[in-house]
Amino acid sequence: MVATVKRTLAEKVWDRHVVRRAAGEPDLLYIDLHLVHEVTSPQAFEGLRLAHRTVRRPDLTLSTMDHNVPTTIATPADDTSLKQMDAMARNAREFGIRLFPMGAPEQGIVHVISPQLGLTEPGMTIVCGDSHTSTHGAFGAIAFGIGTSEVEHVLATQTLWAKRPGTMAVTVEGALPPGVWAKDVILGIIARIGVSGGVGAVIEYRGSAIRALSMEGRMTICNMSIEAGARAGMVAPDETTYAYVEKRKHAPKGSEWERALDDWRALPTDDGARFDREVRIDASELRPYVSWGTNPSQTVTIDGRVPDPDALEPAQREAAGRALSYMDLRPGTAMRDITVDAVFLGSCTNARIEDLRVAGDVVRGRKVRSGVRALVVPGSMVVKAQAEREGLDRVFRDAGFEWRDAGCSMCLGMNPDILGPGERCASTSNRNFEGRQGPGGRTHLVSPAVAAATAIAGHFALPEDLS
Amino acid sequence: MRAVRRVTGRAMPLDRADVDTDQIIPAHWLKRVERTGYGAGLFEAWRRDPAFVMNDPRYAGATILVAGANFGSGSSREHAVWALEEAGFRAVIAPSLADIFRANCLKSGLVPVELDADAVTTLLRLVERDPRAEISVDVEARTVEAPGVHASFALDDHSRTRLLEGLDDIAVTLAHADEVTRYESTRATWLPSLRD
Repeated sequence: MVATVKRTLAEKVWDRHVVRRAAGEPDLLYIDLHLVHEVTSPQAFEGLRLAHRTVRRPDLTLSTMDHNVPTTIATPADDTSLKQMDAMARNAREFGIRLFPMGAPEQGIVHVISPQLGLTEPGMTIVCGDSHTSTHGAFGAIAFGIGTSEVEHVLATQTLWAKRPGTMAVTVEGALPPGVWAKDVILGIIARIGVSGGVGAVIEYRGSAIRALSMEGRMTICNMSIEAGARAGMVAPDETTYAYVEKRKHAPKGSEWERALDDWRALPTDDGARFDREVRIDASELRPYVSWGTNPSQTVTIDGRVPDPDALEPAQREAAGRALSYMDLRPGTAMRDITVDAVFLGSCTNARIEDLRVAGDVVRGRKVRSGVRALVVPGSMVVKAQAEREGLDRVFRDAGFEWRDAGCSMCLGMNPDILGPGERCASTSNRNFEGRQGPGGRTHLVSPAVAAATAIAGHFALPEDLS
Repeated sequence: MRAVRRVTGRAMPLDRADVDTDQIIPAHWLKRVERTGYGAGLFEAWRRDPAFVMNDPRYAGATILVAGANFGSGSSREHAVWALEEAGFRAVIAPSLADIFRANCLKSGLVPVELDADAVTTLLRLVERDPRAEISVDVEARTVEAPGVHASFALDDHSRTRLLEGLDDIAVTLAHADEVTRYESTRATWLPSLRD
């Protein structure tokens, strides 16, 4: 018998998409699905127009508006944003691409709507001009963010030149303690490996704690792979994956479904395949996390305190000092003693139905602390409609939350939902960079459960802290 | 893309690690549909601090940025590269560059240079001490030369050729259109399509 090469999930998916491989060149990789949004695409379409080029596969291209759409009629879009949305509509029309514009029932954050539609499936290659494209890796797809020039390249050729990434395994074994969610798992992983711990690699998340997660939880984890610097994040497909995909609008049907399943079952990493790097995490040691700094590795558990930069590794001291100055925090302050001005429940990380259910259970029958501005921005209009069928809109509104339409909203402050200078926000989003949610704004990353409890308490809190 | 063979010039030191693209160009600049006009947004928030290095007139006209590790992390926005180019930068030198940022540099013609941390530290100290010191980045030889520094950097042949010749990436790929068509004929029939 011929010995076969043991390969990882990422290697298998990559290799089956190589159109051309030659010495001295990166691989020419075929792209199965190209997701497009209004912000990083206008210059790409303009490039096509100037060169008299067309979109090679409009049938493998989906566009939506998410980054700068207003999520309430109370705050209309500014003229520059409107012009950009108009450009998206015109480009979709001119190049024959399906568009879910503002107001459409299918509209939403690009990384929320594609899985909902069954367009995200195991074994695919998926790209988008957005770094959080890593989300789709939860299905066992290779999915990564690209810049606008590459968007233009994919539109014109349906391919990308790319070097096969390295492999990295992050194995989380054991049962998650109660109150610890997927968001805490990925924040715990980033705390361990750092914001550049995954550079050049695809991280495969493995282990019993990952297997036990729902697809939505896996998406939360893969979503923030880029926050560890990784090219992409992946989870091997399993019965949980197939159950999620089956019967969705674009999922294979009938005999095609059976053939797809046979194919997908061969995708998981072979026993004995080697990863370039392996990290193991004990799930039982994870706790709810809160970030204190200005990058997603600067976190402590909610029971912790703001660190003293002098007590950190020398390499981290200067950045930590700068972060604390920006965040206006004093070393030694208990995280639970930090009060907030705003709570944002939203983003491609944590605005799916399960996130809203968890948060809804915390706020049901309670009131948002006086003086705290609290927003719920569902990840898609489909999520919003589902939540409304379950009565979650009433739960949030009765508690004093604003209940919004879908979009990226306060995750990155491109629409009117921004923090004022110096305002402090508990956010279920993915980045706590300086000014991310508005110039001078201060972001603390948390799970939906902690965000909800914090809105009620007015300071960082767990659900069980509430009376 | 503009062809680039060699970048020789003065450098601006930015001795910070993990500089994210939200700092390089804040999100509100991304509402624009044009490919130019981003230079004024470069490090917009940090520039409000008079002590920020970009406000030091001794570094005006610098064409090389020397930065800390993991430069360009975070968002995929290519606008970060465009802003650096419009502000006059032609090369970025750091111990490591974020993956997407590096790919964007190669598409736009901003030379991405990853050197070992000691060499970058030497360059940082050199230009902090002497803002007029010149650094030379040779794309063809894949080397960086400066007083006290002779270092090589990694750049695959394909990317190097594209930088040297300023090739239109899409035109290069379209020359392989037959291979793409052949590949497409082998794709699994169950793969999703927006036609369904």
